[in-house]
Amino acid sequence: MGKAKDKSGPLARRPDNSAFKQQRLPAWSPILTANTVLPFFYLLALICMLLGVWLLLTVQSTQEIKLDYTELGNCDQCFQLRKNVSYAAQTCSCKVEFSIDRAFKGDVFFYYGLKNFHQNLRRYMDSRDDEQTLGRKTKLKNPSSYCEPFAKDVEGVPIAPCGAVANSMFNDSFTLTYHPSRSRTIPVPLLRKGLTWYTDKNVKFRNPKTDNLTLAAAFEGTRQPLYWQKPVYDLDPHDPTNSGFINEDLIIWMREAAFPNFKKLYGILNRADASFTKGLPKGNYTIDISYNFPVQYFQGRKEVVLTTLTWFGGQNYFLPIAYLVTSSLILLMAVVLTLAWWKFGKDGKNMKE
Amino acid sequence: MISPVHAWVLTRFRGNINIYMGNEPVSRSLASQNLLLRGATLKNTEYIYGVAIYTGMETKMALNYQSKSQKRSAVEKSMNAYLVVYLCILISKAVINTALKYVWQSDPNKDEPWYNEKTETERQRHILIRAFTDFLAFMVLFNYIIPVSMYVTVEMQKFLGSYFMMWDDEMFDEELGERAVVNTSDLNEELGQVEYVFTDKTGTLTENNMEFIECCVDGNVYVPHVICNGQVMPGAAGIDMIDTSPGPDAREHEELFFRALCLCHTVQVKEEETVDGIKHGIHQGKSSSFYISSSPDEVALVEGMKRLGFTYLRLRDGQMEILNREDEIERFELLEVLTFDSVRRRMSVIVRSSTGELYLFCKGADSSIFPRVISGKVEQVKARVEHNAVEGLRTLCVAYRPLSAEQYGQVCHLLTRAKLEFQDQDKLVAEAYDLIERDLILLGATAVEDRLQDKAADTIESLHKAGMKVWVLTGDKMETAAATCYASKLFRRSTQILELTTKRTEEQSLHDVLFELSRTVLRHYGGMPRDTSSGLSSEYTDYGLIIDGATLSAVMRPSQEESNSGNYKEIFLEICRNCSAVLCCRMAPLQKAQIVKMIKASKEHPITLAIGDGANDVSMILEAHVGIGIMGKEGRQAVRNSDYAIPKFKHLKKMLLVHGHYYYIRISELVQYFFYKNVCFIFPQFLYQFFCGFSQQPLYDTAYLTLYNISFTSLPILLYSLMEQHINIDILKKEPSLYRDITKNSLLTWPIFTYWTVLGIYDAIVMFFGAYFLFDNTTFTSNGQ
Repeated sequence: MGKAKDKSGPLARRPDNSAFKQQRLPAWSPILTANTVLPFFYLLALICMLLGVWLLLTVQSTQEIKLDYTELGNCDQCFQLRKNVSYAAQTCSCKVEFSIDRAFKGDVFFYYGLKNFHQNLRRYMDSRDDEQTLGRKTKLKNPSSYCEPFAKDVEGVPIAPCGAVANSMFNDSFTLTYHPSRSRTIPVPLLRKGLTWYTDKNVKFRNPKTDNLTLAAAFEGTRQPLYWQKPVYDLDPHDPTNSGFINEDLIIWMREAAFPNFKKLYGILNRADASFTKGLPKGNYTIDISYNFPVQYFQGRKEVVLTTLTWFGGQNYFLPIAYLVTSSLILLMAVVLTLAWWKFGKDGKNMKE
Repeated sequence: MISPVHAWVLTRFRGNINIYMGNEPVSRSLASQNLLLRGATLKNTEYIYGVAIYTGMETKMALNYQSKSQKRSAVEKSMNAYLVVYLCILISKAVINTALKYVWQSDPNKDEPWYNEKTETERQRHILIRAFTDFLAFMVLFNYIIPVSMYVTVEMQKFLGSYFMMWDDEMFDEELGERAVVNTSDLNEELGQVEYVFTDKTGTLTENNMEFIECCVDGNVYVPHVICNGQVMPGAAGIDMIDTSPGPDAREHEELFFRALCLCHTVQVKEEETVDGIKHGIHQGKSSSFYISSSPDEVALVEGMKRLGFTYLRLRDGQMEILNREDEIERFELLEVLTFDSVRRRMSVIVRSSTGELYLFCKGADSSIFPRVISGKVEQVKARVEHNAVEGLRTLCVAYRPLSAEQYGQVCHLLTRAKLEFQDQDKLVAEAYDLIERDLILLGATAVEDRLQDKAADTIESLHKAGMKVWVLTGDKMETAAATCYASKLFRRSTQILELTTKRTEEQSLHDVLFELSRTVLRHYGGMPRDTSSGLSSEYTDYGLIIDGATLSAVMRPSQEESNSGNYKEIFLEICRNCSAVLCCRMAPLQKAQIVKMIKASKEHPITLAIGDGANDVSMILEAHVGIGIMGKEGRQAVRNSDYAIPKFKHLKKMLLVHGHYYYIRISELVQYFFYKNVCFIFPQFLYQFFCGFSQQPLYDTAYLTLYNISFTSLPILLYSLMEQHINIDILKKEPSLYRDITKNSLLTWPIFTYWTVLGIYDAIVMFFGAYFLFDNTTFTSNGQ
């Protein structure tokens, strides 16, 4: 920079005369006048309204039924029973009844829900060993210290799957029954597979290599989590591809919920069955519940949710309502601005808005 | 042995040298004429013996080193303040969350639900340690609120952005073949904040391209024809006699006058093609040669003389050769040169003509010549000088004194005695000069024009409209400087001029003058609040202040005698604040810096900009917030010490009004956006803690946390902050008042900062709860997962 003069002519140092270097790139600097802003406001209001109405219709086409069964009907007894830890091993089952007024058309999804269960506590979320559930042999016998105090039992036997998350797996089970008439009962078939994300089932969770042994042998030298009633290789005794770490209930549970109130997929209506090809017909239903999961310690609630879905998901009125509210606010603003423009600013003097 | 005094004053040097020839030390005195400054060229001799002085830590560079402090921009300062606020927010967030965590955990079922048991060691840990680790964990969780990458991005923006300034075609000067130079990219946005502009006159406002306009001998005015191509008009035809009938006496005076100007100077003739310094081609038929001198005025004078028929040829063996009108070569023996200095403001030569007569020719400022004149047509010349000064011309008076051989002997004696003295040498020399330069006979006066730079007036007017106060600091005399100021529209016809000069303070005491002026100014502005006065100043009379160096130092000097003298400075500042333009004339270089410092330290802490071209402006350039160098004729000293350098004064307009404006808008948006985005990013994290039992669960994936600041958010805004042009360049140039919108760091004030922060929090809440309700207990995919 210090060089006084370039010898190759007086204009050698002349800067390039390009649009970029001279900051002459085309720029858009809109001038906001009533004529441009007001139509824009109305247009925006219209768009928001159309979107809101469309979404509202979409959402209204879904159907949903929620049943809080924590203390419902004869589940109350089970609820009382579970209050005491010493009866933890005792089985308890109860039955809840409900009816559907309008048939659920299309795929029907069966969820269980928990309230006030903090799956998002940091220590809880970390209390798992992803390498173990990935099927690594070394980790199977030697779980990560993050799993403490659910890494090994009192005798020092490693736990598989280790950690607080797996340990607290939801263990109620449900059977749905349809009552077309007072005497007839048809069990509603639920698909209990194909519920998980592809990556979870095929990448993140894998059983340890069996080498032609049974799954039980692969897990030898480990024990089930303390609160479990059966070992991990026995989670689905009928289907070896749904047992061990790749059990779908386990995988779904291990995908921790972000908020203390959450629901997780339990099953999907199997529409191959002749009675349910169109979904769930209207009528009376019962759910038989094997009631195991204690919630009273943390003032929690348990529920089941039956719902149909659209492309937009489940029954959630938030977005359509948000659109409609925004639309009406913009419309209101537009009207106010129009009035102001009509009254004061038509001469264009005060239109700096 | 050299004993230097005052290492930092270049104009003065005194020393003694002891030369040991055999055993006897011969003592010779040394003064500034023995001193060769850096860049001096050797002439008329093969070699010299020299001693290098002021080396190492005594070099000017080393001595000035400490005083030069890091210049930081106002934006950076406010950025730091904001960071402190964010740090407080961060800490309070962490404290709130830690406290709430323990409130929440007071229920043992929440502290340790059955599904999340603690290990034995965790249970036994002391509560304080747990609380502290929780606090630290929250700090780690929320630390992204501090925009660490902001500094990197801001630096990048400044560095890349400064290229636009260098690339600017409008700031390219074809004549010099130079474009703007950016020495510091740190201060780009400061260009948009300038409130005071301190400008040098010569070379900055004006071209520093001296042109001989006229001379006046005993009241007769001679104007050389304007010669475009440098061709010399032959003989007396070049002289336009305005005042006719010069008698024989006048004729003699006239010849003497021209000879005086040809002899009384320190111009060198260089016959080569390449020279440093000032170039002026003259054609003597056979070879081309140049006049070079430290002062462009002298060159202009000698050239003017050449046009009037007297050509100074060369100095050979102590003989000055002049080609007179009849193409005869006259020889004068150069006996003594009484060099120019800024105190005497004149110089003299003593010559002996070929006929043996001795003359003393003296040339200097009118104020220093007139008191010493005993005869000559003083009145006419004085009138002409004043007339010229008002026109903005630089005037010099010429006088002579015939010396007898006896008088010359006295002179020699005086000079040698004074020069040998070591103690008080300067004083003695000055006294000797004083004795010699008296009883002069006035010959006439010259006028040299220093033309205003192209579009200087337009630039100054724009700066005024943009709300900047322009101060001209010059070493010139008051009338000349004031005329330049009028020409450059610094003072308009409507401007009421307040004078604070030695002339006035001689009549009244400084105290009275100051109070009177402040009363005048304040009476006017008393009724209305300050901001309207600056906004509508054009509708009211605006004030221009003229102050000279002597008065200024009196104002600045804290005197002990009077108790209320301490507030002279305050009163002076108050006056200055209400003046749209201030002219400070007769300023020493150091005083320039003093003024800048004074304004900088005044209570509003305005942003100052100094612009100059010469070495005497360097101190001012270094002192001001933004220093701008002009690539002028007086070397590149100013350019090298400046933050930015531009080829011409007119480029200042674009630099401030367009580039400064853009840079400021861009950087402030950039800074605000950075704070905004981090609030936006981290506040959901804070909200989430309410839903996860204050357990420091991060909401985002670590990869996202890392990349958010580095690439997701910093690159788009960087691009924006390089390209944003909220107002078209042409509009900015046309409407300088737009500049007022951004002064006083107006885009980085606390209300705006709060607005951005609140906006960030609002957006964070919308995003968090929007997502919360959207995903609340529903499935968002069609396959139910």
